[in-house]
Amino acid sequence: MSGSDDIVIEVKGLRNSFGDAVIHDGLDLEVKRGEIIGVVGGSGTGKSVMMRSIIGLQRPDGGEVRVFGEPMLDRDDAQLQGVRKRWGILFQGAALFSTLTVAENVQVPLREFYPRLSERLLDEIAAYKIVMVGLAPDAGPKYPAELSGGMRKRAGIARALALDPELLFLDEPTAGLDPIGAAAFDQLIVDLRERLGLTVFLITHDLDTLYTICDRVAVLADRKVIAVGTIPELLALDHEWIQEYFRGPRGRAAEEAMEAEAEARTAETNGGTEA
Amino acid sequence: MSSVARFTESVEEGRRVLRFQGDLTLSRLGPLPTRLDRLKGRDFLIDISGVGRMDTIGAWIVHRTARDRGGEIVGAGEGAATLLRQVEKADLPVKVRPDPPAPFERVLTQLGEATIEAGRTFVGLLGFFGAMLLSIGYVIRQPRRFRLNAVVQRFEVVGVHAFGIIGLMSFLVGIVIAQQGAVQLRQFGAEVFTVNLIGRSSIKELGVLMTAIMVAGRSGSSFAAQLGSMKLAEEVDAMRTIGVSPMEALVLPRVFATVLMMPLLGFYAAIVAIVGGAVFCWVSLEIPPVTFVQRIREVVPATDLWQLLIKAPVFGLIISLAGCFQGMQVKSDAEEVGLRTTTAVVQAIFLVIVLDAFFAVFFTEIGWL
Repeated sequence: MSGSDDIVIEVKGLRNSFGDAVIHDGLDLEVKRGEIIGVVGGSGTGKSVMMRSIIGLQRPDGGEVRVFGEPMLDRDDAQLQGVRKRWGILFQGAALFSTLTVAENVQVPLREFYPRLSERLLDEIAAYKIVMVGLAPDAGPKYPAELSGGMRKRAGIARALALDPELLFLDEPTAGLDPIGAAAFDQLIVDLRERLGLTVFLITHDLDTLYTICDRVAVLADRKVIAVGTIPELLALDHEWIQEYFRGPRGRAAEEAMEAEAEARTAETNGGTEA
Repeated sequence: MSSVARFTESVEEGRRVLRFQGDLTLSRLGPLPTRLDRLKGRDFLIDISGVGRMDTIGAWIVHRTARDRGGEIVGAGEGAATLLRQVEKADLPVKVRPDPPAPFERVLTQLGEATIEAGRTFVGLLGFFGAMLLSIGYVIRQPRRFRLNAVVQRFEVVGVHAFGIIGLMSFLVGIVIAQQGAVQLRQFGAEVFTVNLIGRSSIKELGVLMTAIMVAGRSGSSFAAQLGSMKLAEEVDAMRTIGVSPMEALVLPRVFATVLMMPLLGFYAAIVAIVGGAVFCWVSLEIPPVTFVQRIREVVPATDLWQLLIKAPVFGLIISLAGCFQGMQVKSDAEEVGLRTTTAVVQAIFLVIVLDAFFAVFFTEIGWL
């Protein structure tokens, strides 16, 4: 088992279809421990469906899904609880429970899996998680309806992180955020990964996010993952969609921004050594 | 390797030492926090060099112990030190619960809020009715704006689709009235008057009342839920900005369809109830259908039917108004859609029954016995 220990998510030959429309056919993907993997693909290529298949919300027609080495398909709920304790999921709309406050939302997974924790400790955990994801200290007793979109996503992350998971699923975390908020969110994810050693599975359309935080990018097209690799590796491939995606005007802008930043950083360190 | 978190307490070189061991992670915590709470004394030397894995919750517990008991943390590896720094940075006074108001104050507040809400609803409903009348005025002046397709579609949903359930319900109600009536009337040897009971109560009251309740439950609630979700998805706002009046596009077709379908459904319900009664009379009281129909024609005056036909559209108006009004009031979240839907049905049924009482008195006064 030690060999497969480094593979957190393993998808083999996944097949999904809705009626006549085949979404995935023979999709393979491996996610390594500790990496931030970005999943990209045109609208309707089934990025969210893939995530839902991995986390067990969508029953695939065929194939194999393993998370932490555990097979995920055709298992009953009790058998999956052990896996569910070890991951956190942020849905596209944050999916906070609207009848609970932010603090209560964070406490839901804790109460579910560890009913013996004292109220005081639960409150304290909720409090420091709220601060950790960058919410204002007075956000605790607020209801999701009282929060802005960005704050809601942060609260969603706080809930996803409640159990200190090893694996974090993020479905378009920066969609609908302003560029400043999105950049702060990217930073938050990198921070959390460094702090907690998370593996992050990230669906995104945000090229800046892809360039700044993703170790590897998986490209979904033609019903399967056509390529996985770092962005330079992907750019070396001769695939029309990939080229268009990363070489389009937006892709170039993100790339330039990335390069400028890297240059600034080297200049800074060079300046430091010279002086 | 992995082991349950635990701690030992000892005195070394005149200092009290708290030594943590095992994995300080959420899943391995066990009863450690409770035991830690029971610990007495202050100013510990907290040694975490024996700790295996640690997560933020473990780090938090160590940090909290050090903070509350004025201790010093030693033996932290690089990873643990980072985690401790992180939780220390995140240790801000955070409000977790809303402030609880005083009980007396809370009762008063709720009472006041309920009163204001009741007043607002009444005024709002009146205003909504007015707005609807205005938009009927516009549509009459510009008949092209009347949305025939939407209305016809509502006919189907409100009327045709309700046929099955209303028919079944009325049929059964007819049988029940006949059966219960027959049992009581038999004591006076007046079984034959069961026919009067069935005919008059079905046409005058039960047919239309039961239909109204069913339509409120089926269509009133769905109006509220549909319009509520549309408001949440900003569809209603989108309509307004495009220049489509939600009143004309959403509310009028629903109100119109309900007002028109209610008399038809009410009449249908009354007839089916009579059929149900007739079946019972035939089977149980041996009154043949031909005789039954003849008796019905003799004992049920035409005014009973007029009552039905006057009441039904009014009830339809109330049901659809309450449904649409509550739906359009949705502002914040999905929970509100549910609340508004419930309110719409309760309000509609309540108003229908109150109005039915008024109608009963009114019709008696004008001699429609």
